[in-house]
Amino acid sequence: MSEKNIFDEMWGSDDVLRSPYSEFQSWFQGEDLKRLRAKQREAEEVFRLAGITFNVYGRAEAEERLIPFDIIPRIIAGREWQRLCKGIEQRVRAINAFLHDIYNRQEIIKAGRVPQEMIAKNEAFLPQMIGMTPPGGVYTHIVGIDLVRTGPDQFYVLEDNARTPSGVSYMLENRETMLQMFPELFSRNRVQPVQNYPTNLRRSLAACAPPACEGTPTVAVLTPGIYNSAYYEHAFLADQMGVELVEGHDLRVVNGRVAMRTTHGYKPIDVLYRRIDDDFLDPLNFNPESALGVPGIMDVYRAGGITIANAPGTGIADDKAIYSYMPDIVEFYTGEKAILENVPTWRCSEPDSLAYVLDNLSELVVKEVHGSGGYGMLIGPTSSKKEIEEFRKKLTARPGNYIAQPTLALSTVPIFTKTGLAPRHVDLRPFVLCSPEGINITPGGLTRVALEKGSLVVNSSQGGGTKDTWVLED
Amino acid sequence: MLGKTANGLYWMSRYLERAENTSRLVETGQRIGLTRLGQDDDEWASVMQSASVLAGYQEHHDEVTKDAAINWMLREKANPASVLSTISEARQNARMVRTALTHEVWEAINGCYMAVKDALARKVSERDLPAVLGLIRQRTALVRGATHGTMLRNEIYDFTRTGTFLERADATARILDVKYYVLLPSAFAVGSSIDNVHWETILRSVSARGGFRMAYGSQVNARDIAQFLILDKRMPRSLNFCATKIHNNLSYLGADYDTPPQSSLMSKTLVERFMNHNIDDVFEYGLHEYIQTVLSMLGKLGQQIEKDYRFYE
Repeated sequence: MSEKNIFDEMWGSDDVLRSPYSEFQSWFQGEDLKRLRAKQREAEEVFRLAGITFNVYGRAEAEERLIPFDIIPRIIAGREWQRLCKGIEQRVRAINAFLHDIYNRQEIIKAGRVPQEMIAKNEAFLPQMIGMTPPGGVYTHIVGIDLVRTGPDQFYVLEDNARTPSGVSYMLENRETMLQMFPELFSRNRVQPVQNYPTNLRRSLAACAPPACEGTPTVAVLTPGIYNSAYYEHAFLADQMGVELVEGHDLRVVNGRVAMRTTHGYKPIDVLYRRIDDDFLDPLNFNPESALGVPGIMDVYRAGGITIANAPGTGIADDKAIYSYMPDIVEFYTGEKAILENVPTWRCSEPDSLAYVLDNLSELVVKEVHGSGGYGMLIGPTSSKKEIEEFRKKLTARPGNYIAQPTLALSTVPIFTKTGLAPRHVDLRPFVLCSPEGINITPGGLTRVALEKGSLVVNSSQGGGTKDTWVLED
Repeated sequence: MLGKTANGLYWMSRYLERAENTSRLVETGQRIGLTRLGQDDDEWASVMQSASVLAGYQEHHDEVTKDAAINWMLREKANPASVLSTISEARQNARMVRTALTHEVWEAINGCYMAVKDALARKVSERDLPAVLGLIRQRTALVRGATHGTMLRNEIYDFTRTGTFLERADATARILDVKYYVLLPSAFAVGSSIDNVHWETILRSVSARGGFRMAYGSQVNARDIAQFLILDKRMPRSLNFCATKIHNNLSYLGADYDTPPQSSLMSKTLVERFMNHNIDDVFEYGLHEYIQTVLSMLGKLGQQIEKDYRFYE
């Protein structure tokens, strides 16, 4: 079943069924392909009716699209997961410590472990956050760590998402759909639940209430509105947490607090889980054109009147240029070697690295430092000569704008196709919650899968799909 | 509750109700047209007037034809009151207030939107019209059923009910406004078959033929129709019924305030001064003036609700 040299999570590298999949395999063998095809269509209908859609930017007519969902679960053994958790927790602690340091004493720069210009010249660094410690000392209340796998024990962190990671609603809805469609599979496997995520999120946010909060903290989710690509998720999370979903025009600063306009007048908010970018948060302090944010919210924030989650300025920790320093950052703040490895990264800003990258473009993946969503990147091995030469020009013109990494042999997991199972490349985004009470990692996460044979691009904006991700009780 | 949420709930319900009203008027027009041999398409101008979409239609068309009228009322994007436009608006509002709705209600609205959008993707041929109208009726009924069966009876529910009944009262009043002359006492004696057609149109427009028969038997006369549509307490589309519901829901909402909001007082006035009469008083007041006054009060009440509950900044 597996391709040569590629680790398949069901069949390994040598076509021997791996143990997490044993119950699944015996179930699958007894299944009729026709029934499964019907189930696959049924799943699509469930998603469409529930309105689990995303908007594609720049396409007026295509309006709302479904992210393709594949009915074959990705299965991870409990012990594999435990190891990952240790690495994730270590990394998230380091990210928070790094952010606090960068916006306060900057010890890591003084120690020469991260160059000054990486910070000072970085657009993600917010001078407005200097000298400020957020309530509870938490910067990244919600983190998504993107992982890829290349072997039974080999995981790499592909990127850290410390701003406003999305996709958690898919983790929850995928599970909900699987439970409805294949209850028998859950009777045969002991799958760790993910359904507590919204409750944990609310508790975690409430635990970071600001000094001005009196009584039970009022939490709200801030969305750019119904035309945003992730609106479904914003509404879903607010609904599941039982809190208000607000837009900028519902909010204003009243008596030193950020308050929402209710049918009974303005009511203060203690913790705002914002799903808009830093730049749009406050037209008085950042982008003056922003109509999505709240004028003056940063002043209230600095005075302890509200908690903003994640804190403004966390982007400095998940920037692709900073990424290459993460092993140092982890070691600097935790005193331990990083448990999870980084993908080896060449910083094209450095002449030696640039020379190497230019010589080996056809074998590397080159990414924009500030890019996301799989746009503006070069995947050497699957690109034409012409594409590579065009990219070479861009890279030479602005080397500091790029990093390069080897093309990893990403693991595959089977998806369901018309003719049965077929391996496709995947990544994994586990979701992490931070509060003064501790770090909470939901067992599972979002598995993104490249639906095209051989493709390594898993982004939903580029035709990727999702899968339910199971962590088994050992 | 957020002012924006109250706004979304109220308008979601108004748009749903409007979609139903418009499709019912299409059904009426179609039915009357089929049973009046040798007549032209005049009825459609009157039908569109009842749906308050005639002026818009005339901006886009030179003459009134049945096909164009049906298309205008069902699926024209340029017509903000077409079934397709109103269902889309209802669903957009529902998305905005998704957190205030139960899963069942949201799925019913989203499903309604998907089915109606699909059914109205192309021009509806005459042979498909009954099925399409039936689909709209069923899908909107499903939303109502889900709302009734799964929503908590709290302020969320009160705002949806207020929107529903305000829209419905408005629709009934407009139908009466267009057709009032066939209900005047001077027309009582005429009793020609033409009048019967008009009366039937009115009753069909508010889904009241069966109800009327149940209440008054098979003898149709204008006075009873006026009484039934304006003052009857059992008829769910009568002005009295709707006004009373509006007032009840605004009273529940207002109970949380130290001083009742202005809109509660206005709905009280509407019920007390205009609904507690017998139909002869209404005729004495002047049927047309009466309906015009009620329409104007409904308009002002709508504006006051938006203010009282902070729908906008």
